Amino acid sequence: MNNAASASAAIAASTTALLEVRGLEKRFGALVATDRVDLSVRAGEVHALIGPNGAGKTTLVAQLGGQLTSDHGRIVFDGTDITRLSPHQRAHRGLARSFQITRLFRSATVIENTALAVQALSGHSFGAWRPVRRDVALFAEARRILAEVGLEGKASLGVEQLSHGERRALEVGLALAGRPRLVLLDEPMAGLGPDESAWMERLIDGIRTRTAVLLIEHDVEAVFRLADRVSVLVGGRLIATGTPAAIRRDVKVVGAYLGDDESLHDRAVAGDSS
Amino acid sequence: MAPPIESRSSEATGPAPVDDLPMVARQGRIDTASRAALLILAAAALGLPFILQALGSSYYLSFASRIVIYAIAATSLNLVLGYAGLVSFGHAAFVGLGAYATGILISEGVVGGGWHLLATVAVTGLAAAVIGAISLRTRGVYFIMITLAFAQMLYYLANSMKGYGGDEGLNIRARSLFGFGAIAYDLKNPSALYYTALAALGASLLALDRFGPSRMGRAVVALRDDDVRAEALGFPTFRLKLVVFVVAGVLGGIAGALSVNLQGYVSPNVLHWTQSGTLMVMVILGGVATVWGGLIGAAALLLLQEMLSAYTDHWEFWTGWVLLAVVLFARRGLVGLAAGLRSPRARTG
Repeated sequence: MNNAASASAAIAASTTALLEVRGLEKRFGALVATDRVDLSVRAGEVHALIGPNGAGKTTLVAQLGGQLTSDHGRIVFDGTDITRLSPHQRAHRGLARSFQITRLFRSATVIENTALAVQALSGHSFGAWRPVRRDVALFAEARRILAEVGLEGKASLGVEQLSHGERRALEVGLALAGRPRLVLLDEPMAGLGPDESAWMERLIDGIRTRTAVLLIEHDVEAVFRLADRVSVLVGGRLIATGTPAAIRRDVKVVGAYLGDDESLHDRAVAGDSS
Repeated sequence: MAPPIESRSSEATGPAPVDDLPMVARQGRIDTASRAALLILAAAALGLPFILQALGSSYYLSFASRIVIYAIAATSLNLVLGYAGLVSFGHAAFVGLGAYATGILISEGVVGGGWHLLATVAVTGLAAAVIGAISLRTRGVYFIMITLAFAQMLYYLANSMKGYGGDEGLNIRARSLFGFGAIAYDLKNPSALYYTALAALGASLLALDRFGPSRMGRAVVALRDDDVRAEALGFPTFRLKLVVFVVAGVLGGIAGALSVNLQGYVSPNVLHWTQSGTLMVMVILGGVATVWGGLIGAAALLLLQEMLSAYTDHWEFWTGWVLLAVVLFARRGLVGLAAGLRSPRARTG
């Protein structure tokens, strides 16, 4: 009886999702970019979203982040319907995101970029008299984030002086700055070398204890290593969700990729046979 | 623990940079030379009426007032255009509204300066809130066109106000009158007007200097750089833009209220789009997103115009060349050029 009770409690815990997406849809004219997507991300999990190019992954992230408004469907974050909220309101509720194409503040230094990210979620931004640099706590927090993403030695550089890998690290750092409860990472490893990718993988692995992650990534091997669960988006539709092992074996997934992305198929088969 | 992100060699070659103060902090440090220059400039500005009186040339005092008033208008535009990166092509609307609000009150026999200020702030604040709330939902070229369209609507409205001069403009006999107990302070007195305008400019420049490195100033620069990112991080970008737009509109209106006091006249031409263009030229010439850009740009353009018009009717042709040179060779205008000459390193930073 005890076992049954704890089992049902475990089920209840696992089904209370931090992010609950129901029937989400976005059309651009005749093109259906995302088609009735149902998705849930649990607290503390790394949930990967994979799919071929043009599957609608970035559209979905923009819908979740609020950069795009949805035509249909609901987004519930931590029990609140956020479907109609603006991006900054979502950020204040603990939903952060990074961008596939790096978006940094080019007229600010690395530490200033980070300080801005901290400032955005701490106190209001309508004070126009006191210099922000006097805010010791804010800059201390910014330094902590820079240390976490390995840029503490680059604090005073302009963002244009950073290498591509460093910019990607800062891109993720800005998303983490507000201590979000869910972070949407849109291809954080895009364009990174093998060492940098491995480092980014460790970073994502390290943050899972304090924030849930929705990870969009093309590097399928990294995805299978990192993710607790994987969802597969093809042609705007979510065709499968499951553990990495289950996704590898999923006939629909393997089938859907055959025409689009043979490498995934190869890897999926290889992974299955190993 | 050390992440293998590439090109970390700079860390190994030297000690960790002590001076990782933010860029704004370094810019904000005023050295002794700058402080001395500032004191001399302030002293000269304050002493100007006395010097000109001694020389017996009253024309140049009104010319100086014109520079100061244009400098206030250009500084207010710089807040929107330079700091917030919003290319407003209708800023003359607010200058004109301020001028008309004050001019109409005076023509109706209300001479109290307090009322003029109140009316100017209320009218321009409300207009900027409405125009901003609509136009700030668009970006890029649409924002330019919508702000231009609003300004032109007000231009035609002013033309149609037959009761207040219509297209001929409105002449006023009296000026704003401020009473402090027994002391009456009448802006009809050229020195009084000059000092009032100078005080308004000084306050604006001080406020802008404080604004730049403040929380709001940094947030506004962030949304100028990338407003999608700024909003994703949690900045209420629309509200920030609207506040900046309204403050700039009100300050432009105050410049307009001062200009009607200077000229004793207001016509629809103050609302014309070419006036918005002139203010933009001043900002670009002086230095976009710099505290002194508005003042330097206004002074440079008006002085250039004054000097060239003594020799040629085609002074606009020659100012065009100057603007071209500044845009091509001095990205941050004359202010940036001066900073670059003083410390060559600053240009790369």
